[in-house]
Amino acid sequence: MNFPDKLKYTKDHEWAKLDGDVVVVGISDFAQHELGDIVFVELPAVGKKLAAGDTFGVAESVKTVSDLYSPVAGEVMEINAELETAPEKVNKDCYGAGWMVKIKPANKGDLDSLLSASSYKAVVSAGH
Amino acid sequence: MVDFAGWSMPVQYSSILEEHKAVREKVGIFDISHMGELEIKGARAREFLSYLIPSDISNLAEGHVQYSALLNEKGGIIDDLLIYMIAPNRYFLCVNASNARKDFEWISGQAVGFTDVEVADLSRDYGMLSIQGPNAESLLGQFASYPLSKLGYYQFVTTTIDETNILLSRTGYTGEDGFELYISWRDTPLIWERIMSRGKSFGLKPIGLGARDTLRLEMRYPLHGHDINEETTPLEAGLGWIVKLDKGDFLGKEALVRQKQEGIKRKLVGIEIVDKGIPREGYAILRHGEKVGAVTSGTLSPTLNKGIALGYVPTELSAVGTTLGIDIRGKDTEAVVVKTPFVSSKVKKQQEPEKAIIAEDK
Repeated sequence: MNFPDKLKYTKDHEWAKLDGDVVVVGISDFAQHELGDIVFVELPAVGKKLAAGDTFGVAESVKTVSDLYSPVAGEVMEINAELETAPEKVNKDCYGAGWMVKIKPANKGDLDSLLSASSYKAVVSAGH
Repeated sequence: MVDFAGWSMPVQYSSILEEHKAVREKVGIFDISHMGELEIKGARAREFLSYLIPSDISNLAEGHVQYSALLNEKGGIIDDLLIYMIAPNRYFLCVNASNARKDFEWISGQAVGFTDVEVADLSRDYGMLSIQGPNAESLLGQFASYPLSKLGYYQFVTTTIDETNILLSRTGYTGEDGFELYISWRDTPLIWERIMSRGKSFGLKPIGLGARDTLRLEMRYPLHGHDINEETTPLEAGLGWIVKLDKGDFLGKEALVRQKQEGIKRKLVGIEIVDKGIPREGYAILRHGEKVGAVTSGTLSPTLNKGIALGYVPTELSAVGTTLGIDIRGKDTEAVVVKTPFVSSKVKKQQEPEKAIIAEDK
């Protein structure tokens, strides 16, 4: 399983990456693998304000529904509208074309409190 | 892997969508060794079995299979099952894994008043494989010593595969042509490997529980513990075709007669989401925003690429075309009662069960 070092992670299996002024968010390779074929992704309206840990959407596989949690506080600037017609992108390229939202963080420093790739790997192997 | 009735089983081997497609278009193999097997034998076996179920088995012949259910005194479904008539005094039952022990105890308890009846739980003696899909016959034809073209839907034979004895029936839980194989527990892995090793050119894939569920749900085959249970009767569940009230006494008869007289108040219906969204078990079924029922099974249909569900609704809302809503995370999502099966069945129909399901569900 692939957990790029340059990304930050949450224990709920989202990843986050600072890209200029925004934080790009998606779900990890572990999460997409656990969910299986993702067939539906529900994302928030642009402009929505989120606190860290808020639900920002839902990913559904054939078998289950999984809430998506925002890694940081901020405002939704952009959503990946392509996932509406091509949710399978999350399975195929969870760190690239399968990104979900871009959030303008209230405080860029919040990213520092997220998990590093190696800490996240430990969470996954501990079976969470 | 997930825990399923105490068995560790894969939800998927590769992908639910790919596995589903393999069964609909080519062929899939399921390890369903978790299923329970019971046996009823003795001079009064037939009479006893007839008392346990609402179906008429007077026409059931050796080598034939019949779908039915064990009912309690309230007419509720203890389990649904397949009955294999081995001989007039010997019947083999295939039951759900999670109910096998309960069924055995229930049947044994009812047998107390019957002399000359023996009940056995053979669940640990038999493994079970299911080969399903349009290529099932040609794949299995490579191994089976019996000419499969002669085996009709809901018929079985005892035969061999590579000198291993098996019981082979033309049955399944997918709506495709296919076969179920009962094999001694010890030989089951070997037969799995033999079939897998020759399956590539037929497009064979191993199929997990996830696709087993989507395949059966597209056919509207009920799953015990979800769509049917001890509180639901066959009349409510669209299984009226297994009930023959004029066949003589059986457990639950009084309750079913009463229910028929008073009128069936709720019915299990097939529901399709009109636009987007996936109904899930437990979601509320709405009518003008008011809750009128709950989803008992729901999924995305891989064949239709639409959300489909089963659920009980008041009879007056059960007609095909009735507009309903499903509460999907607080949103009243437009849905409609549809004809079932959701996807047309391709089983080799030579007997009544399949037809009857469709007829019942208008």
